[in-house]
Amino acid sequence: MSTSKYETVIGLEVHVELHTKSKIFCGCSTEFGAPANTHTCPICLGHPGVLPVLNRQAVEYAMKAAMALNCTIADVSKFDRKNYFYPDSPKAYQISQYDKPIGENGWIDIEVDGKTKRIGITRLHLEEDAGKLTHVDGGYASLVDFNRVGTPLVEIVSEPDISSPEEARAYLEKLRAIMQYCEVSDVKMEEGSLRCDANISLRPYGQKELGTKAELKNMNSFRGVQRGLEYEQLRQADILDDGGQVVQETRRWDEAQGKTFSMRSKEEAHDYRYFPDPDLVTLHIDEAWKERIRATIPELPDARKARYTSEFNLPSYDAEVITSSKQLADLFEESLKYTKDAKSVANWIMGDLLGYLNSNGLELSDVQITGQGLGEMIGLIEKGTISSKIAKTVFKEMITSGKLPQQIVEEQGLVQISDEGAILAIVNEVIAANPASVEDYKAGKDKAIGFLVGQVMKLSKGKANPGLVNKLLVDALKR
Amino acid sequence: MTIHVKDVEHVAKLARLNLNAEEEQMFTEQLNAILQYAEKLNELNTDDVEPTTHVLHLSNVMREDEVRDSLPIEKVLLNAPDEEDGQIKVPAVLE
Amino acid sequence: MTLFDLRLQEIHNKLRSKELSVSDLVDEAFGKINEREDRVKAYLTLDEEQARSTAKKLDDKLASNEPKGLLFGLPAGIKDNIVTEGLRTTCASQFLSNYNPIYDATVVTKLKQAESVTIGKLNMDEFAMGGSTENSSFYPTRNPWNLDYVPGGSSGGSAAAVAAGEAYFTLGSDTGGSIRQPASYCGVVGLKPTYGLVSRFGLVAFASSLDQIGPITKNVEDAAYVLQAIAGYDKMDSTSANIEIPDYISALTGDIRGLRIAVPKEYMGEGVDPAVKESVMASLRVLESLGAEWEEVSLPHTEYAVAAYYLLASSEASSNLARFDGVRYGVRADNPDNLLDLYHKSRSQGFGSEVKRRIMLGTYALSSGYYDAYYLKAQKVRTLIKRDFDEVFAKYDIIVGPTAPTTAFRIGSQVDNPLTMYLNDILTIPVSLAGVPALSVPCGFAEGLPVGLQIIGKPFDESTILRVAHAFEANTEHHKQRPNL
Repeated sequence: MSTSKYETVIGLEVHVELHTKSKIFCGCSTEFGAPANTHTCPICLGHPGVLPVLNRQAVEYAMKAAMALNCTIADVSKFDRKNYFYPDSPKAYQISQYDKPIGENGWIDIEVDGKTKRIGITRLHLEEDAGKLTHVDGGYASLVDFNRVGTPLVEIVSEPDISSPEEARAYLEKLRAIMQYCEVSDVKMEEGSLRCDANISLRPYGQKELGTKAELKNMNSFRGVQRGLEYEQLRQADILDDGGQVVQETRRWDEAQGKTFSMRSKEEAHDYRYFPDPDLVTLHIDEAWKERIRATIPELPDARKARYTSEFNLPSYDAEVITSSKQLADLFEESLKYTKDAKSVANWIMGDLLGYLNSNGLELSDVQITGQGLGEMIGLIEKGTISSKIAKTVFKEMITSGKLPQQIVEEQGLVQISDEGAILAIVNEVIAANPASVEDYKAGKDKAIGFLVGQVMKLSKGKANPGLVNKLLVDALKR
Repeated sequence: MTIHVKDVEHVAKLARLNLNAEEEQMFTEQLNAILQYAEKLNELNTDDVEPTTHVLHLSNVMREDEVRDSLPIEKVLLNAPDEEDGQIKVPAVLE
Repeated sequence: MTLFDLRLQEIHNKLRSKELSVSDLVDEAFGKINEREDRVKAYLTLDEEQARSTAKKLDDKLASNEPKGLLFGLPAGIKDNIVTEGLRTTCASQFLSNYNPIYDATVVTKLKQAESVTIGKLNMDEFAMGGSTENSSFYPTRNPWNLDYVPGGSSGGSAAAVAAGEAYFTLGSDTGGSIRQPASYCGVVGLKPTYGLVSRFGLVAFASSLDQIGPITKNVEDAAYVLQAIAGYDKMDSTSANIEIPDYISALTGDIRGLRIAVPKEYMGEGVDPAVKESVMASLRVLESLGAEWEEVSLPHTEYAVAAYYLLASSEASSNLARFDGVRYGVRADNPDNLLDLYHKSRSQGFGSEVKRRIMLGTYALSSGYYDAYYLKAQKVRTLIKRDFDEVFAKYDIIVGPTAPTTAFRIGSQVDNPLTMYLNDILTIPVSLAGVPALSVPCGFAEGLPVGLQIIGKPFDESTILRVAHAFEANTEHHKQRPNL
């Protein structure tokens, strides 16, 4: 079995929930996590006689997102009905866009293994979200919650330009970052505000026509997208190696089992019978409107990354990591108002901060640290007020309490002891208490100094200036 | 274009209708008659004609992004054929 | 002469002078209903308790001389495809036989503001699909002029109730002729407004790009009052026109001198009953005598209208009626095997033949591979039909012709042939496709059955058609005739 004979072709369909206050076609709240069916009205419940009225903010967020993805914005756009029966779709049609989407022909650049690659974006269109089903009675029945029905979504369809699961993940992460920068969505995969389906096919290198594709669903995390595609890549390669045929079908990624499964349905092939929704009117998007929206687009990740490498001399890798999230990048820039040491800020963010967030499964918004705190803390290290080691304690405290470092240092008495007399007293105490180690050192075992330094630090509760401890100890032992 | 019973069966499936054999036969005949009558439209050359979706030339009808009160749950469930825990209950989606 | 033969103005004068109370009007309505309804069958649901309590409240208001609504105290019936909160709304379908709306249609809110008294919900062809009210899944309504004949449809209950004196006025809905044709068959006035003039919010959609709500009344002046009360921009309906509403009542000047009338030759052709043509010709002579001029014109695409209409309306309907799936409301079939079975059984049991036929036609027309040939083609033909009207209206003020090719037909005589039934709408459908306003006013009788004159106007020029109809009515006696019930 090998994938080396085959070229992988992946296209992604990403759904992003726009964070408008109200739904796309009615005034119900889009707030996440309300009790079932409490954010519904006759319109989103699809009662007889209701009519949709388009939310301007949803259109403008979609325009903004499309522009940020370098799409051409339509002059004329319209809404169509996509007809299908499903209990989460109250009207039995979804209002979507068929042949006149808001945006077309865009692209984004991704970076994999230090190389930049451009991925084409076929289209971005606006549509309404469906409700949520929960299975009960041992799988014999479902309960329907319509709160999510009508939340505005953009569907972003990529060109089949993606050649590996790793690239797919990089594309998705870049897409998330751009949406985040534009502030059009929360883009949280775990809350479903970012969702991803993938088409994947393999073909022998050199073959022109595409292989038979499988559509992959239910990948609920970035890691899941990559793993699901990796599994599917191997599965299809196995089939092709054995001279078999890949079946065109929809497959479900099972995270727990680490496998994809065919979603065999007795349903006949879909025929959505798209037609223009007669309840809605055409959108004419003139240049003035486009310009107004274009002016609201902030500096995007690629531009920030370039600025970080040139302006702050950050290594490309650091700049990539920090700009991958708008919140991180904003924290970084805020910190630099309080210190000039950009590399140090980057190190703290990439090391201690991301380490803490990742190991606790948290987002930056879940913790209290501020740019001012981080910047001032680095300043305290520079001044020698605290040691790097104490800074780690201060940092943890900032994460949980959000207090400024000066306050933490004072409250907890963490100021570094740089008073020679005070340190010398401890040094003498340690020498007296550890004659064996002193003998070892004098016998030429340099390592023994480490133990003695450690003892001094311990007795000073970590507050002694480590440089000074070292110097005074060596001086004392020479005597 | 002639419609056969199998076309009627397919369309009935799409429309989620059960038809008995008699109805299938009747609809096949009637739809054929109606569609045959509709063939009339092909007498007209409409190559350069724009389709009319709306007689009014309205565009950009939008509302502001403002939250309005949702319904109390009693009203949401007032007409529900079956419900549980504040939600509409249906037989399982998967067979 | 009964109370309901009085004009709205006269009733309001009597209310003001305390000769009459709102309760008397409601008594009149229920008196006629008790006497005639078992024969006419115009209503599906009556709400006597609510009507009487509303009447009482309005009478109290009258006593304290509070300001009065435009339709103050008038007993009204509402077609059963217009949702009324807390009052069963069925669309004459088994599927919705238990449906209790959770909101009011915009027109219902407007009637409440105008202070009319809703007395019940009116029979119709199921989901407004049909032209005879025989497609009601509960019972057919009968024509008050001859109980063996249909009242027309789909607003058959709305027209019959007014003709039988069972309501002072009613609301109907018109997609391809569903207000005008039953008004014609029942000898009453029916107005289909310009598409976009009256909000569709709360009208259960049949064909969204064509549906309009309008009044059915005994005389033209009352139609102007009801239209005044229900017309206007609604932010809940994206297809609602944001225009200033004229004063329709003051438009009724009686003066039509110099009016230019077009009479399409296609509306006076072979398929039109000679007696109907004769009534229309006589009407034109009346209009001429009042100072109007008429000329024959052509609306060349008339013969394509019915085909285009059935493709467009059925396509939209197939999608609009998909929500009736048995999940959230309506009658869910018992003991479904699974979800798919629930859909199939609920819909098959809930819908009648005509509804199924149109859903089938529309689903087919929209299905993969046929969209361009049917739906798109029909939309293009719609453009040609609209152009026909634009061209005529560039030279003429109104278009006049018959409302329907014949008078009412016998119950059961056309049920076996849907296509023949569809052709009854040949003179009303082109108007619907063009989206322009039209009114049917009584203009004669043939073998004891009423004939209607269709007066078609420019977009949003309801004032002119009301003025013409009012002048015509003032100089004829047809509208004063009453069925012998």
